[in-house]
Amino acid sequence: MFYRETGQYKTTYEADQQLFPILQDRLFVIAVLAFAFAVVPLVASEYLLRAILVPFLILSLAAIGLNILVGYCGQVSLGTGGFMAVGAYAAYNLAVRIPDLNLLVVFVLAGLAATLVGILFGLPSLRIKGFYLAVATLAAQFFLDWAFARIKWFTHDSSSGSVSAPPLAIFGWLVDSPAEKYLLVLGFVCVFALAARNLVRGAIGRSWMAMRDMDVAAEVIGIRPLYAKVTAFAVSSFFVGLAGALWAFVYLGAWEPLAFDVNRSFQLLFMVIIGGLGSILGSFLGAAFIVILPLALNQLPGWLGIPMSTALISHIEFMVFGSLIVFFLVVEPHGLARLWAVGKEKLRLWPFPH
Amino acid sequence: MSAGKFFQQRGMTWVLLGLLALGAVAPLVVGGARLPQWLEVVLGGLMSGVLYSLVAIGLVLIFKASGVFNFAQGAMVLFAALSLVRLMAWMPLPVALAVTVAMMVALAWLIERLVLRPLVNQEPIVLFMATLGVTYFLDGFGQTLWGSDIYTLDVGMPKEPKILLENVFEGGILVGMEDVIAALIAAILVGALALFFQKTGTGRALRAVADDHQAAQSIGIPLGRIWVIVWSVAGIVALVAGIIWGSKLGVQFSLQLIALKALPVVILGGFTSIPGAIVGGLIIGLGEKISEVYLGPMLGGGIENWFAYVLALVFLLVRPEGLFGERHIDRV
Repeated sequence: MFYRETGQYKTTYEADQQLFPILQDRLFVIAVLAFAFAVVPLVASEYLLRAILVPFLILSLAAIGLNILVGYCGQVSLGTGGFMAVGAYAAYNLAVRIPDLNLLVVFVLAGLAATLVGILFGLPSLRIKGFYLAVATLAAQFFLDWAFARIKWFTHDSSSGSVSAPPLAIFGWLVDSPAEKYLLVLGFVCVFALAARNLVRGAIGRSWMAMRDMDVAAEVIGIRPLYAKVTAFAVSSFFVGLAGALWAFVYLGAWEPLAFDVNRSFQLLFMVIIGGLGSILGSFLGAAFIVILPLALNQLPGWLGIPMSTALISHIEFMVFGSLIVFFLVVEPHGLARLWAVGKEKLRLWPFPH
Repeated sequence: MSAGKFFQQRGMTWVLLGLLALGAVAPLVVGGARLPQWLEVVLGGLMSGVLYSLVAIGLVLIFKASGVFNFAQGAMVLFAALSLVRLMAWMPLPVALAVTVAMMVALAWLIERLVLRPLVNQEPIVLFMATLGVTYFLDGFGQTLWGSDIYTLDVGMPKEPKILLENVFEGGILVGMEDVIAALIAAILVGALALFFQKTGTGRALRAVADDHQAAQSIGIPLGRIWVIVWSVAGIVALVAGIIWGSKLGVQFSLQLIALKALPVVILGGFTSIPGAIVGGLIIGLGEKISEVYLGPMLGGGIENWFAYVLALVFLLVRPEGLFGERHIDRV
């Protein structure tokens, strides 16, 4: 009854092409943003901010990046963790070697470094596809893991192989409390989610989707495969690299290469599958799901009064993840984002049956 | 096909293989490696190659029959080995073996029922991601059921290494007997599989399905049952691989990561060829060992982790269908 586009006439092209053409959607998004920026930092507990919201936001950013590659361009990647590591170590090296550089610039440059590496490892996608490409990206993952563990230059000759980020200061604003970190990450995520949303509905996003749906047909109608695929790898790696830099600097603080191993790649792929392939909103939903599920599973035995060891819980977590992946692929291949869309469709009719 | 055309098509492949062979012999010529030590490295590489091949064969079997790239093969290896080692604590070896085989068949049936059947006609990449889910499930399930410690699997394979060719070289070369037995078992397994595929009715049906799903179905081959059979066979191959790996390294979670190495192997050998899986496994095993021993120290060690993948990647660029794979006309 309340969620209707009836009566909202579009009289200009701008109005027709805007991001959220329905008034209620616009209001909802504004309300969510206002809540996230103004209310959450004040009311949320330190634990909620530090252990749930910050990782959720950063992983959402990485999931958006991966979704651009897998969901929009149809190129499966198992090397996301490696590209995150590139971002993290690039940011570390920039911050340590050029101390005067503004941290925002560092983060963006780290994203660009990941872009270069992503393009390099994306080039084989011009010749190979499908699971061949998956294995090729796996090569990137293992190679990058090794490079950051063994090549001393990247870790600034740290003897233990683990490095720690310098204090976060932006224009004299020292970001150290959980609420400040949350706001910093939220700012990044909002800007880049908006950018992604606009990229995928523009010409370049359409060329990615055309490549995904049928590459030969896309080429026939004049989309250059080289350009489409390489840009998908580049944009995707930029997002992932930026997320990696944030993950290392804001969430972890100190880290070693293990933080970005192949399991991270799988985790991100699962977020994208569960959230919804080819959906920006889905990246957020998937990230939220995967961040919250282990925490919920950890609490569950306590609530039910069944004592369980942490090892057992982590094994059960594996089982639940595995089953959920299969479940989502079978029942709802478009993931949580699709459920959301179905809900909205139902809401348009509610409370009437037709 | 004229000789010139043949060379044109295969030319790059031969060049690459030649380069690989050169790389393998290079330490002898340039690096001043000793021949007996080099031979030991080569043999060790070939042996681990045999083990990679065992996992790769399971992958190829499933890919041929159902077009599914089964990421879960490694998890199946771990699950089979874990089941066997834990069951052996309760019952004698033959019974435990039989129970494990039954479990693998049941697993194949469940996968067909719950994963493959609902996803019929989906894109290959969706099926691939579904097997990723199966991988996670199996990892969690196996460790929930059987525990996650490191178990030693002892099926009575001789452990002590033997010294061969003592009269040719000073000191001879050291060969692990279990490696030799592993290679023998692998050879027997491949022979048995070849017989099964060539001589039995079921084997012929499997090959028919591999060639063309629809044609096979239209002459009355039940696809569902074929898939159960082929996943069961792959499960049994996984068990064999699990036994050999497990008795060599102990049954533990890291088996799974080693089994990931089967991916570059099938890429190198071709997704649809069992000989390809074997040759690919040998090349990867050999390349990995030689590069680790002779090239590793220069690069800081540990290059075993990625060498296989990068080798496969280079190979892919030259020959996207692998050494023995079917050439598919499929331009990207």
